[in-house]
Amino acid sequence: MQSFGARLLERKWLFIALILILIIMPFFLSDFRTNLLGRYLAFAILVIGLDLLWGYTGVLSLGHGIFFGLGAYIMAMYLSMESMAGAVPDFMMWNGITELPWFWMVFSNPIVAILGAIMVPMIIATILAFFIFRNRIRDVYFTILTQALVLVTVTLIVSQQNVTGGTNGITGFSTIFGYSLSSPVTQQILYYISIGCLVGVFFLCSLLVNSRFGKALIAIRDGENRLRFSGYDTSMFKVLVFSVSAGIAGLAGMLFVTQVGIISPTMMGIIPSIEMILWVAIGGRGTLIGPVIGALLTNSAKTFFSETYPDFWLYFLGFIFVIIVIFLPGGLMSLTQKLKQRGGKHEKQAVSTEGKETNHSAVG
Amino acid sequence: MIMQAFNGISLGSILLLIALGLAITFGLMKVINMAHGELIMIGAYSTYVVQIIFSQYLPATMFDWYYFLAIPTAFVVAALIGMLLEFTVIRHLYGRPLDSLLATFGVGLILQQAARSIFGAPNVGVQSPGFLRGGLEIIGVTLPYIRLFIIALVVISFLALAWFLYKTRTGRKIRAVMQNREMATCLGVSSRKVDTITFAIGSGIAGIAGAALTLIGPIGPTIGTYYIVDAFMVVVVGGVGMLMGTVVGALGIGVFNTVFEYWTNASMGKVLVFALIILFLQWRPSGLFSLQSRSLD
Amino acid sequence: MKNKQLVQKEKKPTILRSDKISVRFGGFYAIKEFDFSIPHGELHFLIGPNGAGKTTFLDAICGKTKYTEGTLTFNGSVNLARLKEYEIVREGIGRKFQAPSIFPYLTVFDNLELAMKQDKRVFPMLFSRMKAADKSKIEDMLNLIGLKEQRNVIAKTLSHGQKQWLEIGMVMMQEPNLLMLDEPIAGMTEEEEEKTGELLLELKKHCSIIVVEHDMDFVRKFAEKVTVMHGGQLLCDGTMEEVQNNERVMEVYLGKKGDDSHAEAL
Repeated sequence: MQSFGARLLERKWLFIALILILIIMPFFLSDFRTNLLGRYLAFAILVIGLDLLWGYTGVLSLGHGIFFGLGAYIMAMYLSMESMAGAVPDFMMWNGITELPWFWMVFSNPIVAILGAIMVPMIIATILAFFIFRNRIRDVYFTILTQALVLVTVTLIVSQQNVTGGTNGITGFSTIFGYSLSSPVTQQILYYISIGCLVGVFFLCSLLVNSRFGKALIAIRDGENRLRFSGYDTSMFKVLVFSVSAGIAGLAGMLFVTQVGIISPTMMGIIPSIEMILWVAIGGRGTLIGPVIGALLTNSAKTFFSETYPDFWLYFLGFIFVIIVIFLPGGLMSLTQKLKQRGGKHEKQAVSTEGKETNHSAVG
Repeated sequence: MIMQAFNGISLGSILLLIALGLAITFGLMKVINMAHGELIMIGAYSTYVVQIIFSQYLPATMFDWYYFLAIPTAFVVAALIGMLLEFTVIRHLYGRPLDSLLATFGVGLILQQAARSIFGAPNVGVQSPGFLRGGLEIIGVTLPYIRLFIIALVVISFLALAWFLYKTRTGRKIRAVMQNREMATCLGVSSRKVDTITFAIGSGIAGIAGAALTLIGPIGPTIGTYYIVDAFMVVVVGGVGMLMGTVVGALGIGVFNTVFEYWTNASMGKVLVFALIILFLQWRPSGLFSLQSRSLD
Repeated sequence: MKNKQLVQKEKKPTILRSDKISVRFGGFYAIKEFDFSIPHGELHFLIGPNGAGKTTFLDAICGKTKYTEGTLTFNGSVNLARLKEYEIVREGIGRKFQAPSIFPYLTVFDNLELAMKQDKRVFPMLFSRMKAADKSKIEDMLNLIGLKEQRNVIAKTLSHGQKQWLEIGMVMMQEPNLLMLDEPIAGMTEEEEEKTGELLLELKKHCSIIVVEHDMDFVRKFAEKVTVMHGGQLLCDGTMEEVQNNERVMEVYLGKKGDDSHAEAL
């Protein structure tokens, strides 16, 4: 084991290097590629919350597609209203609806929309988590229930197509806060806003996991009952973390829709939700930086594969799932860890009794 | 109303067939098998293949009998693939439900894609045997023979499984390992063998479920995912390790689903069932039935 | 709060009173109408054969198992039946489990830090920071349980005995008024046993202690008072001497007389 100080430094440097690369990327990439990378940034933000939940607290959610989707839908509703300037979207017209329903009208104000995209997922997550964790339902059951939530929500959105756009989703926005969405400048600004959000979320979550609260989360992951008998109401910790991660997912959804220009149920369904988990696993759960790298790499690979060998992507995805879980549960970050350990064997022994702070990268 | 109850029982019986395998493997190995849905798909495509063989190589008069060969074929094919799955992937993941869930999801993706490569992405239809056309008329309602046949098939499969678990030596071993793995191993039960057999049986039953689904509608590579979430709900409601819990859970969810859908619509029905399950868990956090344990975790 | 407890301590010497509590699993009574009480500052041993209900009794006190009849009163007025596990801990009851249960991927220091008496609600925890007083408390405990050298070691890598001590240290960090230990010396070397016994005598200055133990030599050496359970019921209680000479105890344990056969039977 390396001393935590050194590791934090390295992780910090890794992150700073990553951000610097992301900042200069638009100068080398076409507008189209930059826009793609911007979408991946949204995913990278999302997985930080997911890692907080799964990597640190040990709670696996297969339902984050929903929170992502809710954030995206709320932003999409706002963008539609801004672009339509009072008219109703096409799909409503076709269904003979002439007036916007109340849950659209609420988000006609940009500030309400932005807050709503984060708060609505948080509220739904809090309610669900409260009722499940309160009664100590097994964690596995929780995971299964989050998947059911996805199925239920997607079915609901599809069936209420006269107000949600059904399977086609919501699309066709032209402006954001008055700026044209099709202009490369706006897209670049959105790209940099995404980087800003990524840095902010990463910073906050790093603070959180390195605090005493973060230690409690790891303790929940490794011995929830023991922590309960140390005087902690662990259920409420899990509710809070689930809610925070849902809020982060909402933020990610919001950034996603502004850069992609469409949100539909297929982007928040069962498979996307579980793919998000894969990004975390590939990068290395319980490291925060790992999942960010995982999300960026996997999505770049996905784009590459689906452009060249579309049929192979699903095979590839499937194999990656199996291989990561069985052979590399610590993800890519554990590889760098191994390399480092091979490089500095004596250092490893020296610091094991001197290390200044916690080492909690280990994966249970 | 009779019709609703009947439809509910019909749906519930299919869920039961799917959930049985899940409940057993979860109870026994603490493994969540997300590829279970794909084993259903394999059972369905096995039936499809048997049908094609019959229609191409055997006289038309024999055609109706294909289904009686299709059921055991579906069972065997799914069981073999399940065994292979257990041997290559699952055995690394005992006692790690969340990890097993992810790995088997990956396996599911591979199997789905394989089905797409072999049979094509569009759904294919399987022609039901002629003797299952029509229905039984009772007090003004027509109960389709297909549905009745499926219910009968489920009842027979269930009884066979119960007999196997409670009346045979192997079944006793399975139950012993389920209740206390260490102790059973100490007493000379080879838990490895038991795991493999159990997993194969659970997979085989999923195969039968797949064969049953071909009677209801066309089949496609993702047919399993359509049912798998509901089947997991059955396990959550029923609790693990007990056949009775699975039966009550499956019929309960089946009936409530049908009734709610009848009152509202398909999507609201699903929302209501989900809410009902959450409510139910407030009352019974570990499901209807569960084995108790004294350990801290 | 603290003051109130102190006043109660002076008025009522009993810290925990069990009034005819029963724990039933289905039709089976794991504990039946068990009476028990422990005053402040006593080191009390609970002995009896396997299945006598000792661990179940500890479970009932700390909320792991709900008792079906009777009352458990803590500190003179607190009815434990109404509280959740973490609330019971916050009242001042600490429990060390039989198998060492620590947080394997946190350091020894962090394990103690989490266990420390503090505001453990969600939002206060979000903003709680390490204070100098906290740090010195943890340092003191590291000294007491002899793990100063291992303070930054991941707890998973400790030896079995060290894990046991760490867990005792964690329970002590909660500053309980009542400490419950379930077979604390199981799997320890003789030397470690001795150290544990001394630790118990030291801890006794701060709180009452209930110890479930099978090792009769250990009990004889350190017990102030002993309660014998049998079949979920009270067989007898008193000093070690009294218990050893109690006829019913001898009767239950096959009527043998010698001390050593006791040890084996128990």
